[in-house]
Parts: sequence; structure tokens; C-alpha cells
Amino acid sequence: MTPQGAPNRRNTELALLAFAVLLPVLAYANVGLAIDGSLPAGMLGYGLGMGALALIAHLVMRRWAPYADPLLLPLATLLNGLGVVMIWRLDKAGGLLKGNYPAAANQLMWSGLGIAFFIVVMVFLKDHRVLQRYTYISMAVALVLLAAPAFFPARKGDFGAKIWIHLGSFSIQPGEFAKIILTVFFAGYLMVKRDALALASRRFMGLYLPRGRDLGPIIAIWLVSLLILVFENDLGSSFLFFGLFVVMLYVATERTSWIIFGLVMSIGGATVVGATSSHVKVRIDAWLDPMAAFAPNHADGASDQIGQALFALGSGGVTGSGLGQGRSYLIGFAAKSDFIIGSFGEELGLTGLMAIFMLYGLIVQRGLRTAIAARDPFGKLFAVGLSSALALQVFVVAGGVTGLIPLTGMTMPFMAQGGSSVVANWALIALLLKISDSARRPGLEPATAQET
Amino acid sequence: MNKPIRRVSIFCLVLILALMARTNWVQGVQATSLADNTHNDRNKYDRYAYPRGNIMVGGTPVTSSDFVNGLRYKYKRSWKDGALYAPVTGYSSQSFGSSQLESLEDGVLAGTDDRLFFRNTLDMLTGKQKQGGDVTTTINAKAQKAAFDGLGAKKGAAVAIDPRTGAILALVSTPSYDPSTFAGGGAEDTKAWTDLNADANKPMLNRALRETYPPGSTFKLVTASAAFENNVFHSIDDPTDTPDHYILPNTTTELKNESANEPCAGATLKVGMDYSCNTVYGKIGADLGRDKMREQAEKFGFNTTVDTPIRAVQSFYPKTSSADGTALDSIGQHDTRATPLQMAMVAAAICNNGSLMQPYLVDEESSASLTTISKHSPKQLSQAISPATAQKLQDMMVSVVDNGTGTNAKIPGLTVGGKTGTAQHGEDNNGLPFAWFVSYAKDANNNAVAVAVVVEDGSNNRDGISGGRLAAPIAKAVMQAALSK
Repeated sequence: MTPQGAPNRRNTELALLAFAVLLPVLAYANVGLAIDGSLPAGMLGYGLGMGALALIAHLVMRRWAPYADPLLLPLATLLNGLGVVMIWRLDKAGGLLKGNYPAAANQLMWSGLGIAFFIVVMVFLKDHRVLQRYTYISMAVALVLLAAPAFFPARKGDFGAKIWIHLGSFSIQPGEFAKIILTVFFAGYLMVKRDALALASRRFMGLYLPRGRDLGPIIAIWLVSLLILVFENDLGSSFLFFGLFVVMLYVATERTSWIIFGLVMSIGGATVVGATSSHVKVRIDAWLDPMAAFAPNHADGASDQIGQALFALGSGGVTGSGLGQGRSYLIGFAAKSDFIIGSFGEELGLTGLMAIFMLYGLIVQRGLRTAIAARDPFGKLFAVGLSSALALQVFVVAGGVTGLIPLTGMTMPFMAQGGSSVVANWALIALLLKISDSARRPGLEPATAQET
Repeated sequence: MNKPIRRVSIFCLVLILALMARTNWVQGVQATSLADNTHNDRNKYDRYAYPRGNIMVGGTPVTSSDFVNGLRYKYKRSWKDGALYAPVTGYSSQSFGSSQLESLEDGVLAGTDDRLFFRNTLDMLTGKQKQGGDVTTTINAKAQKAAFDGLGAKKGAAVAIDPRTGAILALVSTPSYDPSTFAGGGAEDTKAWTDLNADANKPMLNRALRETYPPGSTFKLVTASAAFENNVFHSIDDPTDTPDHYILPNTTTELKNESANEPCAGATLKVGMDYSCNTVYGKIGADLGRDKMREQAEKFGFNTTVDTPIRAVQSFYPKTSSADGTALDSIGQHDTRATPLQMAMVAAAICNNGSLMQPYLVDEESSASLTTISKHSPKQLSQAISPATAQKLQDMMVSVVDNGTGTNAKIPGLTVGGKTGTAQHGEDNNGLPFAWFVSYAKDANNNAVAVAVVVEDGSNNRDGISGGRLAAPIAKAVMQAALSK
């Protein structure tokens, strides 16, 4: 297509996509054979559906983002596809647990919607730098989204954390979208303020401390994240947003003192909250002794989920029980949402989990590579923000499920059941691809030359 | 900005590596202990995920594994003649765990035993369904049935042993229960389980192995053995120095016989055994002293646990007793307690020329394809008495059946020896006595069987209860069945 520039790798992407569609289809067949002894009836439809969605996304990219990174779309497709298979597999074990319902069809629908959203971003966002203009609007929207669940009544099934907005039978998790919108704000704000933050500071005890007016928004964000934690009992989101901010601040200013400053603030905040919030205390206790929930006279409300997830992982061992042959539904209702990594760990084993972590690692790596390649500071900051948000989220969720850190109740990107999460993460991939398209496009196109 | 981005990349890499390290720790290092954790319900479901092996009696399985295709459990255990074999097989329930052979042989039956590893791997590679191995018992179906029918509606237990090997030929406890009624996890199963546990007659108690009774007069066999072994007497026709009215040592209490008409004063050992004279054997025991009595009892297996492999509780002969207590202990009253298995062991040792063989229930373990993975070889527990003493005891036991209280056990064509017992128990001996019969039978080809039967509260009135009347016919039926007469 572009004889003078670097290869655009669209054909590579197509080949990888074929693999990313084929693998979940085979997994689907595997589950059907393991559980029913026959190929699942919907296999052809599922394969064709996934294939068609991936193909459309690919064709859209050929037309609207021809130089974009060739790995991101196949990686997201593969993770999304595997997630749907696992959810379908757990549906098959349904009826065992109350509150279970056929979720795979829903998830497939949401995946379709996610890819549609992906296409919308691809087609209508001409250049990611447009988003700079919405810096402060983004902040307002993100704060509204984050704060919204606090004003909606919590439901029984929410298990302490108020991170959902329920509208009838429909519920959304605004935090997933806030993650992206807030990154827009951070990138826009920091790009403007980076010089002031980096240079106009006073040296104090070996650290460079910024001026009050530059520091203000940081303190504000810190407080907001703590408020979210306190009012919505949402440890995951507050950790994610705060971590995201520190990382972006560090990248923008290139000052290590921000990391130290951020660490001190987060440890301080966590200590205060940990000591006062009973919800957080329960989580920490469950992390320190996951088997306590099985003790004959355990504390009321002690959840056995972490213990169950550990059993699932242990029973899976190195090679796993095989898709469809484990009993990950014992983890409970969360086996296909927050704890889906536990389900994969049981059925695909350590081997499978390593591969899955590699896939996430690759997405993050491609995102950060895009940041390095990006030609404008906003694009760099934006890509760093999106990639590290994904990395932090994967770490927080998988770390919680495997007992590495206290459980915080976030969703595993692409894999976990949940519409908001799937749609938001497809949007995230679309944005990364947009940035990488402009980064890898041959020939310099200065920002001022843009039609914006 | 690229330098900090590279550092952020390293940070993200560290996050992913931390997850990988943690997963390796959980799924590699801790995997086995997590998988085997008692709270990990997978183990429970795995046990019923494929057909369980069978427990065999005389070449026929008495158990089966039924495909129920449940959501969690694929198979359910069921038993043929469950009540008949329950004291042997035990139960294996989805909801309530397992017991006895179902529990002790679980490795073989579930196919998880290490010795089945090769077989399992082969099956996995050839795509054959995984299946548990079989456990072959020593039970003789006819003898078992005879004992069960004989006990009928009565509360009690019967044990039959092949004296030459220690093979347990019959192991019956009544009232019994059908393990099939609570093998599943449904509401009916729960009800059956609750009812069985609440039943005052304790149908799930394995009376043959887990209940001790005062052995009563059957213990006189042990006392007589001690007398010969310690050279106090040399022949069964030696007269004893038994007064008409025997007063327990250091007391003013008189030890009475069953009736005053019995020729017990100065009786020979044989006559004392024929008429089951308390005075004769009470005095012999008291004269020997508690230590010699205890040593003899322990050679027969008292004060030790026996694993058949189903564990039998210890039969008890007291270590500390005053002289009057020892007199009562020697006639199987006071503190002496024995399981039916223990008394069958006494009879078996006497029958087997004094050599006590280790009682065992499991003859063979095999894989699903019937490859033997273990076979029991008979093992001597102890030389309980010398062959000469054993011969004298045999003569006395035969005499009891021919001339004494055990005539109900006579079987034409067989040499039968026995000893009755009617054991007092309860507060001031107010409870209805237990009826005992301990015996052995030999045929011309030297095939033999030793049997112990106990019947609890077998009659509504005290006079109706005696070992000879209640327990001997049951023992007789078992011996006939075991030797096919």
C-alpha cells in the first residue's frame, strides 16, 4: 500500500487474527467434547461470528489505521474469545449454583458491542490529539462517573463494593470507562503542566517539591481516590487511579521524587483507610488467612472465595485438568467474573496461566512501545497511561485471585464476564491502535499540520 | 520522556513477573497440599466421578457403582444385601463420608492407590475409562447369611474365623442398616442418615468389632488355659479344690453357681466346664492371681487393638484388681470385657493347636483388569497356649457340647467344641444378661471354623436367656454353613 514507508504489517495481523479466532473455536470444541462428548451445536455460528467480527475490525483498520500495531487486535480478540469460552463452559455447569444464568450469550453480545465501539473509535477519531481539547471536561466526566455509584442504592449481590449503577435489570460499572476518560485528563493536564511541575520546585530534604498551585490537583486526585475507597468500598479503582496518576506524573516530569512522594501518600492513605474501614479489614484478613473461612467457627461474612480459588489453582496444578474437566464452579458466582483467572488456572493449569499472563504482558508491552514511538507528548502520555492502567488492573485482579495481594474486586480485562469492562477495554485498544497508527505512519506530520 | 517510559515498562514487567512467580508458587509448590485439602470438595466429587471398584464376597461383587450422571456426582454407590454385609463393607456416601472397607480400601476402590498408577496411565493413554480396583474379602457368603438369619431380629453379633489362617468367614452385627439408603445426597438420604444415627438400637454400630461385652462363662476357656499353662493342673480330670460355698477372697460375699444342684464342689476341670461352675473357675483364677491371668488373656489378644483392617476395639482384662475382683474377672464378669471377634480368636487359637493367627478380612486387592496388586499371607499373632494345653481345652469344649450346656451345637459328622456364657451386666447386674456361645468345628479333612456369637437382651425374661439356648443354635448354623454340612 505504501511502497515508500515501513511495512505496515496488516497481513501479519490478519494471520494472527485467524489464529486468535481459531484457538477459541478449538477450545469451544474441546469443552463440548469434554462435557457432552460431542461438538457443541453452536460451534459453527460462534466461529463464524467471532471470525466475522474480527475480520470487520481488521478491514476497518486497513482503511482507517493502516500503520497501527499488528499485535494488539489479535491479542485482544484471543483473550476475549477465550473468556467467552470459559464463561460458556461455566454456564454448562450452571444450575449448580444459585444466581447463575446463561451468561455466555450476553458476553458474546457485549463483545460484539465492544468491537462495534472499537470500529466507531477507529472511524470517527481522526487523530488522538483531538482528545487534548477535552482535558477538563474529561476530568469532570470521570469524577461524575466515579462518584455516581455512591448515589445509587447498593444491591445485595454487590458484596460490599459500590461500583455499579443499576438501572432496572441493566447495570454498568462506570469505573471501567472512567479509567480511560481519566487518562485523557491526566495526559492533557500533565502535558501542559509538565514543565512547571518538573522545574518550578523547591528542594526540600533531597526531594523536589512542587509549588502549591501545581501540587493542588494531585492532592485533589489523591483525596478523591481515597473518598471513592471510603464511600464505595472500592479498593481496586482507587489503587488503579492513584497508581496511574503517579506513573503518568513520573513520565511527564521525569522526576523520581514523584514516585517517592506518591508511595508515601498511598501508604499513608492505605494505612488510615485500612485501620478505619471494616470492609478493607475483612479483605486484608481474608488475604492473610484465606482458609479461615473454613474454620468451624469462622467470623460472620468471611468469604471462602480466595480459599476456593486457591483450591482450584492447586487442583489444576501444572498442566490443569483440561477445559471442561475441572470444577472451578466451586469458586461460586464469581468463577466467571472477578475470579475467571482461577477458573483458567484450574482447567489450563500453570502452563495456561503463564500463557495468559504473557498475552496481557504483550498487550502492555505493545502499548508502551507505542508510547515510545509516539511523536507528540500527549500521545506518549496517553499511551503510557492506557498501557499501565491495563497492567495495574491485571496485576490487581490476578494478584488478588492468586493471593499475592488483598482481593479488591476488579474485572480481568477482556476475559471476565461484564459488559462495561469488555466495551471499555475494546475502546482502550482502539485508542492505543490510533496512537500507534499515527506513530508508525511514514513521514513526519507535525501536530500543527493536523486539521484540528 | 522515553527514559521514564522505559522504566515504566520495567515496572510493568515486574508486575507481570510477580504474578507469574506467585502462580508458580501456588500451582507448583503448594499445589498438592491445596488439592488434598480437606475443604477442597473436588476430592469428594472425584471419588464418584468414575466407577468405583467392588468389594467381592466369594467371587461375586456385593457392591456396585451406578451411573447417575448427577451434576456433581456421576456415580452413586449401591450395595447388594446391604444390611447383610454392612459390618464388612461399611458405607461410601456422597454426603456423609465413608467407613470400614469402603474407607480403608478407598485408594484401591477409587483407583487412586499408587500401585495402580501404571494401570491408570495405560488406561489414560488407551482412552479407557478410569475405574477403581476390586477388594476381595475372606467372607464366606453362606456362613455370613447363616449368622445373619440366625440373629434375625435379635440384637447381637457373630464372628467366624478360619482357625488355620485367621481368615474371617463371617462378620455380622444386628440390627444392621442398608448403606444404599444414604449413599446419595438427596433429602431422603439425609433423612435416612439422621434416622439411623438417632436410632436407639444403634444399627450402624459394628457390634462384632466395636462393642465390648462381659464375656461371661466363655472366659473360663482362658482361665482353664492359664491353669494348664502354669502347670497348676495337668489333666482335665484333675479334681479341683473347690468348696461347696466359695467365699470371694478377703470378703464375706459368696460366689454362687447357676443352680445349687450342680456338682461343683471339688469338681474336675472337665465337669466344672460342662456345668460352667463359677466357683471352680473363680477360685482357679483367684489362686493364679491377676498377673498370670492377664498374661494368658493378653496372649489371646486382650488389651491390644486388632486391625482386620477394620479396627477392632481393645478387649480388656484389668491390670489392677483385688483378689476378689480377679475371681470375678476369671469368670468373665467384673471388669473383663471382650469383643465377639476376641472370643472367636480364643476359640480359633484353641482349635489351631494354640497358634493364634492374625484375623483378616481382605484376601486380595486387584486392579480393574483383575491384576492382583496384593495378596494376604497368613501371619501368626502369638502362640497363645501350648499344643498340649490346646488339646486339653479341645477335649473340654467337645465335652461341653456332648455332655454339658452346649448340646444345642451338636452337628452330626463334625467334631464340635463349644462353651456357653450368660453374662450379667448393668447396675447391680440388673440388666438382662448377654447370651454367648464360643465354639469351633472340625471335619474329617481338618477343615475348621471357630465361631463366637453374642445375643444382647435376647429375651424378655431373665430365665429365658442362656448361651446354650439362644446363641448356640446360631453358632451351629454358621459352622454348618462354613463347613458345608
